Amino acid sequence: MKRTVFLGTLTVAGLAAGASAAATLDDVKARGKLNCGVTTGLVGFAAPDANGVWEGFDVAVCRAVAAAVLGDASAVEFVPTTGKTRFTALASGEIDMLARNTTWTFSRDTDLKFDFVGVNYYDGQGFLVPKSLGVSSAKELDGATVCIQTGTTTELNLADFFRANNISYEPVPIETNAEGQQQYLAGACDTYTTDASGLASTRAAFENPGDHVILPEIISKEPLGPLVRHGDNDWGDIVRWTLNALISAEELGVTSANVAELGSAPGGNPEINRLLGTEGDLGAMVGLDNDWAKRAIAAVGNYGEVFEKNIGEKTPIGLARGLNAQWTDGGILYSPPFR
Amino acid sequence: MTTMTDPPRASFQLSSLIYDTRYRSYTFQFIALVLLMLLIGYLGMNLIQNLASQGQDISYRFLGEPSNYDINQRPIEYDSRSTHLRASIVGVLNTLIVAFLGCITATLFGVTAGILRLSPNWLVRKLMAIYVEAFRNVPVLIWILIIFTIMTAVMPAPNQFRGEDASASMLFDSFAFTNRGVYTPAPIWGPGSLVVVLVFLASIFGVFYYRHYATKLLYDTGRLLPMGWPSLVILFVPTILIYFIMGRPISLDYPELRGFNFGGGLHIRGSLIALWFALAIYTGAFIAENVRAGIQAVSRGQTEAAASLGLRPRRIMNLVILPQALRVIIPPLISQYLNLTKNSSLAIAVGYMDVTGTLGGITLNQTGRAIESVLLLMLFYLTISLSISAVMNVYNNSIKLKER
Repeated sequence: MKRTVFLGTLTVAGLAAGASAAATLDDVKARGKLNCGVTTGLVGFAAPDANGVWEGFDVAVCRAVAAAVLGDASAVEFVPTTGKTRFTALASGEIDMLARNTTWTFSRDTDLKFDFVGVNYYDGQGFLVPKSLGVSSAKELDGATVCIQTGTTTELNLADFFRANNISYEPVPIETNAEGQQQYLAGACDTYTTDASGLASTRAAFENPGDHVILPEIISKEPLGPLVRHGDNDWGDIVRWTLNALISAEELGVTSANVAELGSAPGGNPEINRLLGTEGDLGAMVGLDNDWAKRAIAAVGNYGEVFEKNIGEKTPIGLARGLNAQWTDGGILYSPPFR
Repeated sequence: MTTMTDPPRASFQLSSLIYDTRYRSYTFQFIALVLLMLLIGYLGMNLIQNLASQGQDISYRFLGEPSNYDINQRPIEYDSRSTHLRASIVGVLNTLIVAFLGCITATLFGVTAGILRLSPNWLVRKLMAIYVEAFRNVPVLIWILIIFTIMTAVMPAPNQFRGEDASASMLFDSFAFTNRGVYTPAPIWGPGSLVVVLVFLASIFGVFYYRHYATKLLYDTGRLLPMGWPSLVILFVPTILIYFIMGRPISLDYPELRGFNFGGGLHIRGSLIALWFALAIYTGAFIAENVRAGIQAVSRGQTEAAASLGLRPRRIMNLVILPQALRVIIPPLISQYLNLTKNSSLAIAVGYMDVTGTLGGITLNQTGRAIESVLLLMLFYLTISLSISAVMNVYNNSIKLKER
């Protein structure tokens, strides 16, 4: 869709629409920096730390791609985007990829002319309420005032959920997560709804996180993943397989600690060898050198490490792996083989 | 000296398009027009071509599809199964509501502040100067956010009204000021209420008729009838009588705590209040300056002449100064009204669902029909602005200096 905005803008400017989408990889290499779209600030997923350095679960994907392509995990320009501006930013070429807990949906993938390269977090929409409200199920929220980020799939799910359960609510549309947090804490809305992971992250930033609970109902499927512009399949492959490399690395037991050792010489497991480039020629197939995956894993760690460091149970956000465990551990995280 | 020679009438030749000053300007205007049309055509073609190469087209079919989202403030019936078109109409009505309320309030603020800025009282004059400068020189978006934030932070949440020792209470048991907005009693129109309303409207006409009659009597015979209390009597007594004769058809629905929120009554949302108030005080500051300029444009001699006839200061202002000042005030006032209406598109900052929020926000975002939505938006704002202009110009013509 925002393709139309892009084209419209170009048209109005009277320029021929330069369909320069075909060479994102060359652009990134020439620039020496990866432009990566992230949220305006969601602790654990993407937020600047005290020193202004971006960190988080989504940020790690950007850094891994930068490490794979440019050899430097810090060569990333983070572009904060809101729910409304994210697609325009990607379609217009302002950013090379978007890693902003964005739900993979049919129309975004097809009509909006984007390609989702995979899923880095399987999520669902939940409700955050103060304990003092005395509510234990979302179905008891009849007549409640609900804060909701406008321009997201959650807005549509919410309307569907309340309609299906035949209960009423009063939507309070807000623009950013910070605004929602402020409204919710001031009591201007009874409950705040967004992806359950986002709620956990928001709650972690509260003064008294213990006073608030996330209701058990998950009212939608929200597979969140990074996406790129449709049409540049080479670039899409790089982002897709960088994400898969992080997931496979966890499955194969490759960590940031042992990747240098495992990648220095061919070992006993052929798949690890292929992944780390000590065997075969996988890097060249995506237009990179053979050490690409090794660099990505060394920079941010494997998927499990990224999860534990940013949003895992030991962090203030405290999310369990749940669906996001490896398929071998009862989750649905499943990377295609490196072959 | 009786013969006057006509200017030579050269017959039209092709070369006169360039060399004859009578035709030259037309030639250049025509060329400019053709170039402009070519440019617009080129841009249009470019747009269509690029869309086609993307496999997309300009289509308004999405307006007929279900919107799938909810809107909090609904002047007409609407739910998530209604169409995008209906969502847009809800947005349009919300825009008109805030623009209408804003224009009236801004005019009240502006006229008051403008007149008081010329007050002989030093303190009043300076206070008004501070108001004008402070509000005129800070962007209206900031004012909207400040008012909204203060409202959410300072006002009590609805659950603070709950319980035996509630920390907040309702005013006269009928008005609740919460951080979600203000809840007021709402009228319930029972059967027969139409008669009461009609009688009230008739009373308003009656008041005007009485005043007209009294003025005419004064001019014709010199008899001065009292104006004040008979107007009030005509305005209220028949309506109150009919109200009781009809068996009190209009009752009030009081807000009360129900579930999570107040239920019943009329809910004026915080977002509307913030937007309305911010637009009114911001635009009011500009209008104050227009009013002051208009008053000062009336020559001082007029005031002195009126005073020498024995008119009191208030009457001088109402009968002599303001009617003349209006001629200067109205034209810039029109553009202030237009500004206010267009500034109402900042509504999304506080989550007020105006047409920019529904059609230009959620609908655009969920359907991806950006060009179509934006074109519709432009058309809407253009229509509404031209309508305001037209109405105000009619008024302007009615008060402008009649030259005979």
